[in-house]
Amino acid sequence: MLVPLALVLVALIIWVFLWSVRSGQFDDLEGPAHRILMDDDDIGSGIVKKSDKKS
Amino acid sequence: MASGSESQTCFHCGLPVPQGSHYQVEIDGRLRPMCCAGCEAVAHAIVDSGLSDFYRYRTENAPTGQLIPDFLRRAKAYDHPEVQKSFVRSEEGNVREASLILEGITCAACVWLNERHLAAVPGVLEVNVNYATHRARVRWDDSRVKLSTILEAVHDVGYVAHPYDPSRQERMQQQERRRQLMRLGITGVLGMQIMILAVSLYTGDWYGMDVSFRHFFYWVSLVLTVPIIAVAVRPFFLPAWRDIRHFQAGMDVPVTLGILIAFAGSAWSTVRGQGHIYYDSVAMFVFFLLTARYFELMARMRSAEATQSLVHATPAMATRLGSDGEEEQIPVGELAIGDRVLVRPGESIPTDGEVSEGRANVDESVLTGEPRPITKSAGAAVVGGSIVTDSPMVVTVSRIGADTVLAGILRLLERAQAEKPRLARLADRAAGVFVPVVLVIAAGTAAYWWWHSPERWLAVTVSVLVVTCPCALSLATPAALTAGTGALARLGLLATRGHTLETLANSTVVVFDKTGTLTEGRPQLLQTRPLGALSVEQVLAIAAALEARSEHPIAAAFRHGLRDEIRAGNVVNTPGGGLRGQIKGETWSLGSRAFVGADGVLPATTHDEDTVVWLANDDGPQALFVLGDRLRPDAAELVATIKASGRKVWLLSGDHEAATRRLASELSMDRAEWELSPAGKLQTIKELQAAGERVAMIGDGINDAPVLAGAHVSIAMGSGTQLAAASADMILLSPSLAQISRGFDIASRTVRVIRQNLAWAVLYNVVALPLAVTGEVAPWMAALGMSASSLLVVTNALRLTRRKPLKGR
Repeated sequence: MLVPLALVLVALIIWVFLWSVRSGQFDDLEGPAHRILMDDDDIGSGIVKKSDKKS
Repeated sequence: MASGSESQTCFHCGLPVPQGSHYQVEIDGRLRPMCCAGCEAVAHAIVDSGLSDFYRYRTENAPTGQLIPDFLRRAKAYDHPEVQKSFVRSEEGNVREASLILEGITCAACVWLNERHLAAVPGVLEVNVNYATHRARVRWDDSRVKLSTILEAVHDVGYVAHPYDPSRQERMQQQERRRQLMRLGITGVLGMQIMILAVSLYTGDWYGMDVSFRHFFYWVSLVLTVPIIAVAVRPFFLPAWRDIRHFQAGMDVPVTLGILIAFAGSAWSTVRGQGHIYYDSVAMFVFFLLTARYFELMARMRSAEATQSLVHATPAMATRLGSDGEEEQIPVGELAIGDRVLVRPGESIPTDGEVSEGRANVDESVLTGEPRPITKSAGAAVVGGSIVTDSPMVVTVSRIGADTVLAGILRLLERAQAEKPRLARLADRAAGVFVPVVLVIAAGTAAYWWWHSPERWLAVTVSVLVVTCPCALSLATPAALTAGTGALARLGLLATRGHTLETLANSTVVVFDKTGTLTEGRPQLLQTRPLGALSVEQVLAIAAALEARSEHPIAAAFRHGLRDEIRAGNVVNTPGGGLRGQIKGETWSLGSRAFVGADGVLPATTHDEDTVVWLANDDGPQALFVLGDRLRPDAAELVATIKASGRKVWLLSGDHEAATRRLASELSMDRAEWELSPAGKLQTIKELQAAGERVAMIGDGINDAPVLAGAHVSIAMGSGTQLAAASADMILLSPSLAQISRGFDIASRTVRVIRQNLAWAVLYNVVALPLAVTGEVAPWMAALGMSASSLLVVTNALRLTRRKPLKGR
């Protein structure tokens, strides 16, 4: 029936939630909000790509 | 409105641009003015890295680029494996990971800038900065880049990074926060499911429901509630048990009773198969209580973080001298009493000790705030954290670790912060009286209803217990205080005592110290007077060339006169005298009158307390420079704001009458007293307080410490002495005085919010209690009402954390 299914879902949700807290997903709640707004173009991570090496 | 002669502000850091300086950087096609070489260099670095978007994203000024020379020297020390042991984690291969505190962050764009800039450093594998805590986590390949290079990269764009070993307390706080969040989540999710079933049951009450379904739902609800009860044990049941054992009645007792009675009653109904259940009330109750507590914890953690970065004065490494004179680099933690350490110019003295060899000027501003270095020679005592400016010296260690002066001051600070605010203690006591009364009423209600209509006794009693829970009362003050303290901390005003906010709001007189508080406390070049044929620019350039390498604060006053074409060689520093060097073949000396050989020339000086520095060559004195203390830019605004708030403003100074009176009238202060000794200042304050005034004192702590402690509430300038910081109730970390006026505003708003909260809490209880006793309130309504009441109180307090936009920028 649906009720046991709901219970299984609840257990699953809780398990996922606990995992996310433990892995630090909730540690910085302000960051992602700012990050979206600021340009994330890759300005170069120091790893010189072969294609960048021009004459 | 900017014309050539009007003062401009630095595009990077917002500080005023000194007259005659011409630093500028082209940013996005426009030339922007800069205030100093430091800001110019930083702005250049930002633009060259392709990160000029920073200036578009930022919402605050950047930290000023005025250089911190000794930091660069210390960065190299962090590469040492011994030092890295405590805060660097090694992973496979050469990969290392460390946590850094970033200082100087003023807005989100600063974080973005640091993240992007560090990510671009070759060898850095991963950078992640937490926007809320300003902690950075960096992973790098040790074979390609060293930690010191990473720290220097941060410095390049104008910030300071400290590698940091998260103290046990911080780790525990982080754990506690996660645990609370988990409890909250579990309760929330389970609560929602219980609600769904409850709705079904209510519908069943209305439309009729098959008994077997009812029983089924009862049992499922029971199963779902058990984890919630388990989660409630640590935060509520255990403290309540502790309270009962000590015959006290804290807020947790009625909460625990409410939860347990509701649960027990519901369980009994479930087993019997009939009667009412209250699992939804239990879930709601626990959920809202946990939410309020979580917000409170977050606010508390925010204000605690601000203290972490306060003192990083002692270096990580020291150079120990063996008995044969051999030098050995060891971590400071391994020093023993009696060890001899070599301290080179520019380095910090690693720990308290006594000079055994050498003679040098030592900058003790870390402790005394005194910008003028003090000459120390053999036998003199030195304090760990102070900086040797010009000559090497050997120091014999006399105190280490927790016994040092600096450590003692830090402890004082920490202890002060652990004090519970007086209002909170009052509220706790009120709750302590209130709770037994509630328990008695609840017992009475239970008895009455048991006798009157037995099937309702449980519901009504639970409602009474829940509704009258003095949670709102207990939360009213702490929530507001925490939010207010956090708001102040974000301004750069650190409250170190519990009563600070309250007393600040109630103050009637504000007393200012003069030097170092209203004035910069640093020598500035006021006048350049050539005595010979050379022009102002020329003598300035010569003086600047001689001072170019000096760490002495007077050197900073000359820095803007530096010209590339004029360089000095063979510069020799005579501590207590001056500098002598060669410029274009001539010998030039810069220093005191005697040193320079100008005894006999008597010019008129305008201020008694200003310093006169002479410049001479073989032909005689060529110029004199008058250095003095400049008024802080926002001093006038601050005094005006305070007066506008209805408070009186006084000025107390140890300086001469003329200078003090001039300042007092310039700022339109109500009263000024001069030539006061520290005891005299204290006396004046005591007299004021005896007359019934509530005195707020603002000073920088040089000789002010007892005065700061004596006033009702005191604010110490962060640039002042550490001793002052420990004696004062609040520290101003930012260099801007304007924050203090905002601080007064926040303090009054906080007190207002506390009163609002308390009024609401009392009103709510007074209205709700009779309603609950007469059975008008169902348990779920009680839970909702009481939780809403607590949430209202906490939300009202959170209003304090909202930032008001900067005025006039």
